[in-house]
Amino acid sequence: MAGGQERILRGRIRSVQATKKITRAMELIAASRIVKAQQRVSAAVPYSERITEVVKDLAAGSSGTDSPFLAPRPEIKTTCYVAITADRGLCGGYNAGVLRATEGEIKADVLRSRGYLVIPVGRKAEGYFRFRGYTLGRSFSGFSDAPSYADAKSIGEYAASLYLSGEVDRVELVYTRFISAGSQEVVRRPLVPLGEEVVSGGDGRSASGASYEFEPGPEKILETLLPRYVEARIYAALLNAAASEHAFRQRAMKSATDNAEELIKNLSRVMNRARQDSITTEIMEIVGGAEALSAN
Amino acid sequence: MAGDGRLRVEVVSPERTLFSGDATQVVTRTMDGGEIAFLPGHIAFLGALVENHTRIHLADGTVQDVAVHGGFVEVAPDHVTVLSDAAELAQQIDVERARRARERAEQALRAGHDAETESALRRAHARLAAVGGLDPAQH
Repeated sequence: MAGGQERILRGRIRSVQATKKITRAMELIAASRIVKAQQRVSAAVPYSERITEVVKDLAAGSSGTDSPFLAPRPEIKTTCYVAITADRGLCGGYNAGVLRATEGEIKADVLRSRGYLVIPVGRKAEGYFRFRGYTLGRSFSGFSDAPSYADAKSIGEYAASLYLSGEVDRVELVYTRFISAGSQEVVRRPLVPLGEEVVSGGDGRSASGASYEFEPGPEKILETLLPRYVEARIYAALLNAAASEHAFRQRAMKSATDNAEELIKNLSRVMNRARQDSITTEIMEIVGGAEALSAN
Repeated sequence: MAGDGRLRVEVVSPERTLFSGDATQVVTRTMDGGEIAFLPGHIAFLGALVENHTRIHLADGTVQDVAVHGGFVEVAPDHVTVLSDAAELAQQIDVERARRARERAEQALRAGHDAETESALRRAHARLAAVGGLDPAQH
Protein backbone atom coordinates (compact mmCIF):
# COMPACT_ATOMS: atom_id res chain seq x y z
CA MET A 1 0.00 0.00 0.00
CA ALA A 2 1.20 3.52 -0.89
CA GLY A 3 0.99 4.91 2.67
CA GLY A 4 3.30 2.16 3.93
CA GLN A 5 5.92 3.10 1.35
CA GLU A 6 5.75 6.69 2.47
CA ARG A 7 6.44 5.69 6.06
CA ILE A 8 9.43 3.56 5.05
CA LEU A 9 10.88 6.48 3.07
CA ARG A 10 10.39 8.85 5.97
CA GLY A 11 12.36 6.45 8.19
CA ARG A 12 15.20 6.24 5.70
CA ILE A 13 15.40 10.01 5.39
CA ARG A 14 15.59 10.31 9.15
CA SER A 15 18.44 7.81 9.32
CA VAL A 16 20.39 9.54 6.54
CA GLN A 17 19.89 12.85 8.33
CA ALA A 18 21.33 11.40 11.53
CA THR A 19 24.34 10.06 9.63
CA LYS A 20 24.81 13.43 7.98
CA LYS A 21 24.97 15.12 11.36
CA ILE A 22 27.73 12.75 12.44
CA THR A 23 29.80 13.12 9.28
CA ARG A 24 29.39 16.89 9.40
CA ALA A 25 30.66 16.95 12.98
CA MET A 26 33.63 14.75 12.08
CA GLU A 27 34.39 17.01 9.14
CA LEU A 28 34.48 20.08 11.35
CA ILE A 29 36.60 18.38 13.99
CA ALA A 30 39.11 17.19 11.39
CA ALA A 31 39.25 20.67 9.85
CA SER A 32 40.10 22.26 13.18
CA ARG A 33 42.71 19.58 13.92
CA ILE A 34 44.48 20.12 10.59
CA VAL A 35 45.42 23.60 11.71
CA LYS A 36 46.80 22.35 15.02
CA ALA A 37 48.66 19.49 13.33
CA GLN A 38 50.15 21.90 10.81
CA GLN A 39 51.38 24.13 13.61
CA ARG A 40 53.06 21.14 15.21
CA VAL A 41 54.74 20.25 11.94
CA SER A 42 56.16 23.75 11.62
CA ALA A 43 57.10 23.92 15.32
CA ALA A 44 59.28 20.84 14.82
CA VAL A 45 61.16 22.36 11.88
CA PRO A 46 63.80 24.39 13.81
CA TYR A 47 65.01 21.34 15.75
CA SER A 48 65.25 19.07 12.74
CA GLU A 49 66.98 21.75 10.65
CA ARG A 50 69.55 22.41 13.36
CA ILE A 51 70.21 18.77 14.06
CA THR A 52 70.67 18.10 10.34
CA GLU A 53 73.20 20.92 10.13
CA VAL A 54 75.08 19.62 13.15
CA VAL A 55 75.15 16.07 11.76
CA LYS A 56 76.59 17.38 8.50
CA ASP A 57 79.24 19.46 10.19
CA LEU A 58 80.19 16.61 12.47
CA ALA A 59 80.42 14.08 9.67
CA ALA A 60 82.71 16.46 7.82
CA GLY A 61 84.70 17.34 10.93
CA SER A 62 85.38 13.80 12.05
CA SER A 63 87.65 12.01 9.62
CA GLY A 64 86.54 8.54 8.57
CA THR A 65 83.66 7.89 10.93
CA ASP A 66 82.88 4.24 11.36
CA SER A 67 79.51 4.72 12.99
CA PRO A 68 77.27 1.84 11.93
CA PHE A 69 74.48 4.36 11.32
CA LEU A 70 76.45 5.89 8.47
CA ALA A 71 77.94 2.88 6.71
CA PRO A 72 75.59 1.06 4.34
CA ARG A 73 75.78 -2.73 4.62
CA PRO A 74 77.47 -4.43 1.64
CA GLU A 75 74.52 -6.77 1.15
CA ILE A 76 70.90 -5.99 1.92
CA LYS A 77 69.36 -9.20 3.16
CA THR A 78 66.49 -7.88 5.23
CA THR A 79 64.63 -4.62 4.97
CA CYS A 80 62.51 -3.24 7.76
CA TYR A 81 59.50 -1.11 6.90
CA VAL A 82 57.98 1.29 9.39
CA ALA A 83 54.44 1.75 8.02
CA ILE A 84 52.73 4.76 9.56
CA THR A 85 48.93 4.72 9.40
CA ALA A 86 46.02 5.96 11.50
CA ASP A 87 44.42 4.26 14.47
CA ARG A 88 40.95 4.77 13.05
CA GLY A 89 39.31 4.46 9.69
CA LEU A 90 36.80 6.85 8.09
CA CYS A 91 39.57 8.75 6.39
CA GLY A 92 39.17 7.77 2.74
CA GLY A 93 42.20 6.28 1.07
CA TYR A 94 44.66 7.41 3.72
CA ASN A 95 45.42 4.04 5.30
CA ALA A 96 45.03 2.10 2.08
CA GLY A 97 47.66 4.26 0.35
CA VAL A 98 50.37 3.55 2.92
CA LEU A 99 49.43 -0.12 3.25
CA ARG A 100 49.44 -0.66 -0.51
CA ALA A 101 52.85 1.00 -0.89
CA THR A 102 54.31 -1.09 1.93
CA GLU A 103 52.80 -4.32 0.68
CA GLY A 104 54.13 -3.64 -2.83
CA GLU A 105 57.66 -3.25 -1.46
CA ILE A 106 57.37 -6.40 0.60
CA LYS A 107 56.17 -8.41 -2.40
CA ALA A 108 59.10 -7.10 -4.45
CA ASP A 109 61.47 -8.13 -1.67
CA VAL A 110 59.97 -11.59 -1.49
CA LEU A 111 60.32 -12.01 -5.27
CA ARG A 112 64.00 -11.12 -4.98
CA SER A 113 64.13 -13.62 -2.09
CA ARG A 114 65.08 -11.01 0.44
CA GLY A 115 63.76 -10.86 3.94
CA TYR A 116 61.50 -8.17 5.34
CA LEU A 117 60.06 -7.07 8.65
CA VAL A 118 57.15 -4.72 9.21
CA ILE A 119 56.88 -2.35 12.14
CA PRO A 120 53.24 -1.29 12.06
CA VAL A 121 52.54 2.13 13.52
CA GLY A 122 48.83 2.77 14.06
CA ARG A 123 46.11 0.20 14.71
CA LYS A 124 45.06 0.00 11.07
CA ALA A 125 48.51 -1.10 9.90
CA GLU A 126 48.75 -3.66 12.66
CA GLY A 127 45.36 -5.16 11.87
CA TYR A 128 46.05 -5.27 8.14
CA PHE A 129 49.45 -6.94 8.30
CA ARG A 130 48.57 -9.28 11.13
CA PHE A 131 45.46 -10.53 9.37
CA ARG A 132 47.44 -11.27 6.20
CA GLY A 133 50.13 -13.11 8.12
CA TYR A 134 53.13 -10.87 7.41
CA THR A 135 56.20 -11.00 9.61
CA LEU A 136 55.75 -8.28 12.20
CA GLY A 137 58.05 -6.63 14.67
CA ARG A 138 56.74 -4.75 17.65
CA SER A 139 53.75 -2.59 16.87
CA PHE A 140 53.06 0.92 18.06
CA SER A 141 49.63 2.53 18.25
CA GLY A 142 47.35 4.83 20.14
CA PHE A 143 48.85 8.19 19.19
CA SER A 144 48.23 8.64 15.46
CA ASP A 145 46.25 11.89 15.66
CA ALA A 146 48.62 13.70 18.05
CA PRO A 147 52.02 11.97 18.27
CA SER A 148 54.50 13.09 20.92
CA TYR A 149 58.27 13.01 20.77
CA ALA A 150 58.29 10.18 23.31
CA ASP A 151 56.34 8.04 20.82
CA ALA A 152 58.93 8.77 18.12
CA LYS A 153 61.67 7.96 20.59
CA SER A 154 60.34 4.51 21.41
CA ILE A 155 59.94 3.67 17.73
CA GLY A 156 63.44 5.03 17.03
CA GLU A 157 65.03 3.03 19.80
CA TYR A 158 63.37 -0.16 18.62
CA ALA A 159 64.27 0.39 14.95
CA ALA A 160 67.86 1.30 15.84
CA SER A 161 68.23 -1.81 18.00
CA LEU A 162 66.97 -4.00 15.15
CA TYR A 163 69.45 -2.38 12.81
CA LEU A 164 72.43 -2.44 15.16
CA SER A 165 71.88 -6.07 16.14
CA GLY A 166 72.06 -7.00 12.46
CA GLU A 167 68.52 -8.35 12.38
CA VAL A 168 67.72 -5.98 9.53
CA ASP A 169 70.13 -4.30 7.10
CA ARG A 170 68.17 -1.16 6.50
CA VAL A 171 65.08 0.59 7.78
CA GLU A 172 62.65 2.54 5.65
CA LEU A 173 59.76 4.77 6.63
CA VAL A 174 56.51 4.62 4.70
CA TYR A 175 54.20 7.48 5.54
CA THR A 176 52.02 10.19 4.05
CA ARG A 177 53.78 13.47 3.56
CA PHE A 178 51.71 16.58 4.20
CA ILE A 179 52.34 19.09 1.42
CA SER A 180 49.30 21.30 1.94
CA ALA A 181 45.74 20.89 3.13
CA GLY A 182 44.85 20.03 -0.45
CA SER A 183 47.61 17.59 -1.30
CA GLN A 184 49.43 14.79 0.46
CA GLU A 185 51.49 11.96 -0.94
CA VAL A 186 52.63 8.56 0.22
CA VAL A 187 56.43 8.49 0.39
CA ARG A 188 59.05 5.92 1.24
CA ARG A 189 62.18 7.30 2.85
CA PRO A 190 65.33 5.52 4.02
CA LEU A 191 65.87 5.95 7.77
CA VAL A 192 69.03 3.98 8.55
CA PRO A 193 71.69 3.76 7.37
CA LEU A 194 71.70 7.47 6.74
CA GLY A 195 72.09 8.23 3.07
CA GLU A 196 75.09 10.01 1.60
CA GLU A 197 73.04 13.13 1.01
CA VAL A 198 72.35 13.43 4.73
CA VAL A 199 75.95 13.64 5.84
CA SER A 200 77.65 15.24 2.86
CA GLY A 201 77.49 18.94 2.25
CA GLY A 202 78.76 19.95 5.67
CA ASP A 203 82.16 21.58 5.82
CA GLY A 204 82.92 21.14 9.52
CA ARG A 205 82.72 24.88 9.89
CA SER A 206 80.16 27.10 11.50
CA ALA A 207 78.30 29.73 9.54
CA SER A 208 80.97 32.26 10.39
CA GLY A 209 83.61 30.14 8.66
CA ALA A 210 85.67 29.10 11.68
CA SER A 211 86.14 25.38 12.19
CA TYR A 212 84.47 23.82 15.20
CA GLU A 213 85.98 22.82 18.45
CA PHE A 214 84.44 19.61 19.78
CA GLU A 215 83.87 18.43 23.29
CA PRO A 216 83.93 15.45 23.65
CA GLY A 217 85.52 14.36 20.34
CA PRO A 218 83.46 14.51 17.14
CA GLU A 219 83.14 10.71 16.96
CA LYS A 220 81.68 10.57 20.43
CA ILE A 221 79.24 13.41 19.81
CA LEU A 222 78.18 11.75 16.59
CA GLU A 223 77.54 8.53 18.49
CA THR A 224 75.01 10.23 20.78
CA LEU A 225 73.71 12.56 18.08
CA LEU A 226 72.79 10.02 15.40
CA PRO A 227 70.12 8.22 17.45
CA ARG A 228 68.60 11.64 18.22
CA TYR A 229 68.69 12.45 14.52
CA VAL A 230 66.88 9.22 13.66
CA GLU A 231 64.24 10.02 16.29
CA ALA A 232 63.79 13.52 14.90
CA ARG A 233 63.23 12.03 11.45
CA ILE A 234 60.60 9.64 12.79
CA TYR A 235 58.95 12.43 14.76
CA ALA A 236 58.73 14.58 11.62
CA ALA A 237 57.21 11.62 9.75
CA LEU A 238 54.65 11.04 12.51
CA LEU A 239 53.63 14.70 12.52
CA ASN A 240 53.30 14.73 8.75
CA ALA A 241 51.22 11.57 8.92
CA ALA A 242 48.96 13.06 11.59
CA ALA A 243 48.35 16.23 9.57
CA SER A 244 47.67 14.14 6.46
CA GLU A 245 45.28 11.91 8.39
CA HIS A 246 43.20 14.91 9.44
CA ALA A 247 43.23 16.30 5.91
CA PHE A 248 42.13 12.96 4.47
CA ARG A 249 39.44 12.58 7.10
CA GLN A 250 38.10 16.04 6.45
CA ARG A 251 37.86 15.35 2.73
CA ALA A 252 36.26 11.95 3.25
CA MET A 253 33.72 13.35 5.70
CA LYS A 254 32.94 16.28 3.46
CA SER A 255 32.07 13.99 0.58
CA ALA A 256 30.05 11.78 2.93
CA THR A 257 28.09 14.85 4.06
CA ASP A 258 27.53 15.94 0.47
CA ASN A 259 26.41 12.47 -0.45
CA ALA A 260 23.99 12.39 2.47
CA GLU A 261 22.48 15.68 1.32
CA GLU A 262 22.04 14.28 -2.18
CA LEU A 263 20.39 11.15 -0.80
CA ILE A 264 18.01 13.16 1.35
CA LYS A 265 17.03 15.27 -1.66
CA ASN A 266 16.30 12.23 -3.81
CA LEU A 267 14.49 10.37 -1.06
CA SER A 268 12.25 13.32 -0.26
CA ARG A 269 11.37 13.63 -3.91
CA VAL A 270 10.36 9.98 -4.06
CA MET A 271 8.52 10.28 -0.76
CA ASN A 272 6.54 13.33 -1.92
CA ARG A 273 5.60 11.57 -5.09
CA ALA A 274 4.44 8.54 -3.12
CA ARG A 275 2.35 10.76 -0.86
CA GLN A 276 0.84 12.54 -3.86
CA ASP A 277 0.05 9.18 -5.43
CA SER A 278 -1.64 7.89 -2.33
CA ILE A 279 -3.76 11.08 -2.03
CA THR A 280 -4.76 10.84 -5.68
CA THR A 281 -5.70 7.20 -5.23
CA GLU A 282 -7.76 8.01 -2.15
CA ILE A 283 -9.65 10.81 -3.96
CA MET A 284 -10.31 8.49 -6.86
CA GLU A 285 -11.66 5.91 -4.45
CA ILE A 286 -13.92 8.45 -2.73
CA VAL A 287 -15.18 9.83 -6.00
CA GLY A 288 -15.71 6.32 -7.31
CA GLY A 289 -17.56 5.36 -4.14
CA ALA A 290 -19.75 8.51 -4.19
CA GLU A 291 -20.67 7.93 -7.81
CA ALA A 292 -21.58 4.34 -7.13
CA LEU A 293 -23.84 5.49 -4.25
CA SER A 294 -25.57 8.26 -6.28
CA ALA A 295 -26.20 5.80 -9.13
CA ASN A 296 -28.24 3.80 -6.70
CA MET B 1 76.62 40.16 15.89
CA ALA B 2 79.60 39.48 18.08
CA GLY B 3 80.54 43.13 18.00
CA ASP B 4 77.77 44.35 20.30
CA GLY B 5 78.52 41.81 23.01
CA ARG B 6 75.29 39.84 22.70
CA LEU B 7 74.60 36.20 22.12
CA ARG B 8 71.49 35.05 20.34
CA VAL B 9 70.37 32.11 22.45
CA GLU B 10 67.88 29.45 21.41
CA VAL B 11 66.75 26.41 23.33
CA VAL B 12 65.11 24.06 20.85
CA SER B 13 63.27 20.84 21.62
CA PRO B 14 61.81 18.59 18.93
CA GLU B 15 58.31 19.73 19.76
CA ARG B 16 58.97 23.46 19.75
CA THR B 17 61.38 26.30 20.37
CA LEU B 18 61.37 26.64 24.14
CA PHE B 19 63.28 29.83 24.51
CA SER B 20 64.88 32.42 22.32
CA GLY B 21 66.43 35.70 23.35
CA ASP B 22 69.58 37.79 23.71
CA ALA B 23 72.06 36.94 26.42
CA THR B 24 75.49 37.95 27.63
CA GLN B 25 76.56 34.56 28.95
CA VAL B 26 75.45 30.93 28.86
CA VAL B 27 76.66 28.32 31.35
CA THR B 28 76.09 24.62 30.73
CA ARG B 29 77.79 21.26 31.27
CA THR B 30 79.28 19.03 28.57
CA MET B 31 79.76 15.30 28.66
CA ASP B 32 83.48 15.15 29.40
CA GLY B 33 84.46 18.71 30.03
CA GLY B 34 82.32 19.71 33.01
CA GLU B 35 80.82 23.18 33.34
CA ILE B 36 81.50 25.50 30.47
CA ALA B 37 80.56 29.13 29.96
CA PHE B 38 80.09 30.82 26.62
CA LEU B 39 80.63 34.54 26.21
CA PRO B 40 80.05 36.56 23.07
CA GLY B 41 82.87 35.95 20.62
CA HIS B 42 83.43 32.35 21.68
CA ILE B 43 84.92 30.27 18.90
CA ALA B 44 82.73 27.80 17.05
CA PHE B 45 82.00 24.89 19.35
CA LEU B 46 79.97 21.70 19.31
CA GLY B 47 79.38 19.73 22.48
CA ALA B 48 77.27 16.91 23.84
CA LEU B 49 75.52 17.82 27.10
CA VAL B 50 74.71 15.81 30.19
CA GLU B 51 71.64 16.38 32.40
CA ASN B 52 72.37 19.75 33.88
CA HIS B 53 71.16 23.08 35.07
CA THR B 54 71.87 25.55 32.28
CA ARG B 55 71.95 29.24 33.13
CA ILE B 56 71.30 31.87 30.50
CA HIS B 57 72.35 35.34 31.65
CA LEU B 58 70.01 37.55 29.69
CA ALA B 59 70.88 40.92 28.26
CA ASP B 60 68.56 42.65 30.76
CA GLY B 61 70.47 41.23 33.73
CA THR B 62 68.05 38.47 34.71
CA VAL B 63 68.95 34.81 34.57
CA GLN B 64 66.88 32.21 32.77
CA ASP B 65 67.34 28.81 34.38
CA VAL B 66 66.76 25.75 32.24
CA ALA B 67 66.89 22.08 33.16
CA VAL B 68 68.47 20.40 30.13
CA HIS B 69 68.21 16.61 30.14
CA GLY B 70 70.99 15.81 27.74
CA GLY B 71 71.38 17.14 24.24
CA PHE B 72 73.80 19.22 22.25
CA VAL B 73 75.08 22.73 22.14
CA GLU B 74 76.19 24.51 19.02
CA VAL B 75 78.10 27.74 19.53
CA ALA B 76 79.25 30.46 17.15
CA PRO B 77 80.68 33.87 18.09
CA ASP B 78 77.23 35.43 17.99
CA HIS B 79 74.85 32.63 18.89
CA VAL B 80 74.31 29.62 21.11
CA THR B 81 71.83 26.89 20.23
CA VAL B 82 70.90 24.22 22.72
CA LEU B 83 69.29 21.18 21.09
CA SER B 84 67.65 18.92 23.60
CA ASP B 85 64.94 16.31 23.28
CA ALA B 86 63.92 17.09 26.84
CA ALA B 87 64.45 20.52 28.34
CA GLU B 88 62.32 22.54 30.73
CA LEU B 89 62.38 26.19 31.64
CA ALA B 90 62.57 26.79 35.38
CA GLN B 91 59.09 28.35 35.45
CA GLN B 92 57.58 25.17 33.94
CA ILE B 93 59.05 22.77 36.47
CA ASP B 94 56.83 21.21 39.09
CA VAL B 95 59.07 21.34 42.17
CA GLU B 96 57.01 18.92 44.22
CA ARG B 97 57.02 16.35 41.47
CA ALA B 98 60.76 16.69 40.96
CA ARG B 99 61.33 16.26 44.68
CA ARG B 100 59.20 13.14 44.78
CA ALA B 101 60.99 11.81 41.72
CA ARG B 102 64.31 12.37 43.44
CA GLU B 103 63.18 10.51 46.54
CA ARG B 104 61.87 7.64 44.47
CA ALA B 105 65.11 7.41 42.52
CA GLU B 106 67.23 7.57 45.64
CA GLN B 107 65.24 4.78 47.22
CA ALA B 108 65.49 2.66 44.11
CA LEU B 109 69.24 3.22 44.01
CA ARG B 110 69.60 1.96 47.54
CA ALA B 111 68.07 -1.30 46.38
CA GLY B 112 70.35 -1.59 43.38
CA HIS B 113 71.98 0.46 40.65
CA ASP B 114 70.76 0.61 37.12
CA ALA B 115 71.25 3.11 34.35
CA GLU B 116 67.59 4.13 34.17
CA THR B 117 67.16 5.15 37.80
CA GLU B 118 70.53 6.88 37.78
CA SER B 119 69.47 9.04 34.87
CA ALA B 120 66.09 9.65 36.55
CA LEU B 121 67.99 10.90 39.60
CA ARG B 122 70.20 13.13 37.46
CA ARG B 123 67.12 14.56 35.76
CA ALA B 124 65.47 15.27 39.09
CA HIS B 125 68.68 16.96 40.26
CA ALA B 126 68.87 19.11 37.15
CA ARG B 127 65.25 20.18 37.63
CA LEU B 128 65.70 21.04 41.26
CA ALA B 129 68.93 22.90 40.60
CA ALA B 130 67.19 24.93 37.91
CA VAL B 131 64.44 26.07 40.28
CA GLY B 132 66.97 26.67 43.05
CA GLY B 133 65.30 24.03 45.18
CA LEU B 134 68.36 21.85 45.49
CA ASP B 135 69.91 21.68 48.91
CA PRO B 136 73.62 22.38 48.27
CA ALA B 137 74.66 19.83 50.91
CA GLN B 138 73.07 17.07 48.86
CA HIS B 139 74.45 18.16 45.54
